[in-house]
Amino acid sequence: MRTSVLTDQRPHSDSVTDPGPGVTDDTDDGRVEWTTSSRPSAARRSMGIVLLAAAVGLAVLLSLAVGAKSMPWSTVVDAVMSYDSTNTDHLIVRELRLPRTVLGLLVGAALGAAGALMQGVTRNPLADPGLLGVNAGAAFAVVLAIWGFGITSVSGMVWFAFVGAGIASVAVYVLGSAGRGNATPVRLALAGAALAALLFALTRAVTLLDQATLDQFRFWAVGSLGGRGTDVAGQVVVFIAIGLVLAIGVARHLNALALGEETATALGTKIAATRTVSVIAITLLCGSAVAAAGPIGFVGLVVPHAVRAWFGPDQRWLLPASALAGAAFLLYCDTLGRVLARPGEVQVGIMTAAIGGPVFIVLVRRTRMAQL
Amino acid sequence: MTDTLTSTPNDASRSDLVERPEQLPIRGTVIRAGSFSVRLDTRAVWVCCVLGALTVVIGLWSISVGDFPIPISEVVATLLGNPTDDSEFIVGTLRLPRVLVGAGVGAAFGMSGAIFQSLVRNPLGSPDIIGFTAGASLGAVTTIVVLDASAFGVSVGAVLGGLISALAVYLLAWKRGVQAYRLVLVGIGAGFAISAAIDYMITRAEIYDVQRATVWLTGSLNGRSWDDVRIVFLALLVLGPLAILMQRNLDRLDLGDDTAAGLGVDVGRAKLSLVLVGVLLAALGVAAAGPIAFVAFVAGPIARRLVSSPRACIVPAAFVGALVTVVADLAARRVLAPTELPVGIMTALIGAPYLLWLLSRQARTGLL
Repeated sequence: MRTSVLTDQRPHSDSVTDPGPGVTDDTDDGRVEWTTSSRPSAARRSMGIVLLAAAVGLAVLLSLAVGAKSMPWSTVVDAVMSYDSTNTDHLIVRELRLPRTVLGLLVGAALGAAGALMQGVTRNPLADPGLLGVNAGAAFAVVLAIWGFGITSVSGMVWFAFVGAGIASVAVYVLGSAGRGNATPVRLALAGAALAALLFALTRAVTLLDQATLDQFRFWAVGSLGGRGTDVAGQVVVFIAIGLVLAIGVARHLNALALGEETATALGTKIAATRTVSVIAITLLCGSAVAAAGPIGFVGLVVPHAVRAWFGPDQRWLLPASALAGAAFLLYCDTLGRVLARPGEVQVGIMTAAIGGPVFIVLVRRTRMAQL
Repeated sequence: MTDTLTSTPNDASRSDLVERPEQLPIRGTVIRAGSFSVRLDTRAVWVCCVLGALTVVIGLWSISVGDFPIPISEVVATLLGNPTDDSEFIVGTLRLPRVLVGAGVGAAFGMSGAIFQSLVRNPLGSPDIIGFTAGASLGAVTTIVVLDASAFGVSVGAVLGGLISALAVYLLAWKRGVQAYRLVLVGIGAGFAISAAIDYMITRAEIYDVQRATVWLTGSLNGRSWDDVRIVFLALLVLGPLAILMQRNLDRLDLGDDTAAGLGVDVGRAKLSLVLVGVLLAALGVAAAGPIAFVAFVAGPIARRLVSSPRACIVPAAFVGALVTVVADLAARRVLAPTELPVGIMTALIGAPYLLWLLSRQARTGLL
């Protein structure tokens, strides 16, 4: 009566009749394998990648063209193709909107891939760098860096963000999986919420202590792509690239891990190594994203679920597709935020939370959550 | 570590389902007058007295310390009506309302938390975790920003916001009945969406309103006036007795809906009235002092432990909430003096580790 349906990933005897051996098979941890018949065809997946790339292209165009100052499309194209530094409109596009768009692409890709990776490695449909407190850990570390060490450059902050994100992701997993049984979605989500609340309170305490820190931190803390300067993207691009490569590298092993630890070992996957590489990749991706744009939640939650509906659960497709979709999603949110509150703007972190909160509720309401 | 409610430590959190009233030792004195009878738990009375006395002592201490220290004897003299020139303003206008609002809000949050935790049958079901206080904050911020309302208007906004969010969370969590963990997770999700809405309101607002709203949103007792004292004590005077009257229904509901109905409780109506009182208490607390994190969450379980009772301890929880808030406010003012932290940060620093500990304990007992 008091056990949650959420924690129970087994098909319920009243809703699913036993399909017989060979079709689906309960693995040792109670998870159900996907059947071969539900795997999308390669053509469908390739098509999906093409569609996503198109969506990213459109998002880039909109992000360049839409803003407080409206200008014709031809001006936007000119600003990119034949730049004239005396033209104000060209300056706006090149100096303000272009860096912002590039940053949005990078951060969105990092968060989308990190979310997919977290959901894969924890086998938890509610995993997200924001929800599980990883972003909060990175944010707290960055505030400490600003306050304690007077660091102002993103390239300096990023190392602290890595440490914070790494410690928080290990901590939440340990806290969530302590005790009897595996780390269930509910346990991880609650541990993440508690950790995030604690780190947020500490972050607030530091910013209140020091007016200068608060001033630096105020806009960064909400999660925003605006006003970051032109060089921020360049300072994190390498780390995000390494993170993405590592993520795609472990994808095959995450597929094996989804079959259960024993099956994965039998298939030749080194479980500890897979988890370690995944945590390193998550740390690189989340740390860079947070250092560059502040803590942005829910991209990593929403995007992989949407992508999984098209691409199926195969991590080799899911991870790159989530990176693409994350980039597009973040840019659309950012552009929408600029339109909603003209002439000001709604920070992208607020937009993603406004969309992500309801999605989270829908996921929670599903009796059997998406199989990973 | 062992739960005082239980016979076997392993079965700790399930005990309130398994245990039957006749297995519990009946404590306390029964007061009878004609057909009326009420059991007074002596231990609960003692706990309340001690907590109340502690709150008064800490409150006096809190009034006496600060940038301009006033000796306790002078504070007492001022309160008794013999003020000196300095102390009248500082005590009467600055520090006394602050302490009173802190104690009142803590009591309101404590009662609300005890009611919801008992209804949801889970310590995680407190209004600050399942998004009700966030809803109340959204209502209050909306009235501040859009309507530029007075203190009374802000209270109305907070109550409406709290009620609407409670209704929404409950309906969204409904799926052939409401399960505790689904309710908690839906509440967390709703809390995120509501916070985003609050942030959006703030970006759209005038700068003066923004200042008013943000100070208040951190859950701060700084700059509380007698208006706030009136709101919160009026709420306590009306809703407190109601909550105490409903204790009996709450205890019966704890036995399960069917058993409660068998004992003559109109389950639907009893639950609805309990939810209403709980939401109103939380919302008026929010209206007076902003969403002070985790007070509602910690007060109920601490009260249960102190009283050593399996029932929801509404009144002791009120005293625990008051004490926690007053102590947290004193700490927030003095730990990093001269910088004052909002009390909400201090309570979060206490409450979040407790939440983590609770999770690990529930995980160990295999409940989660």
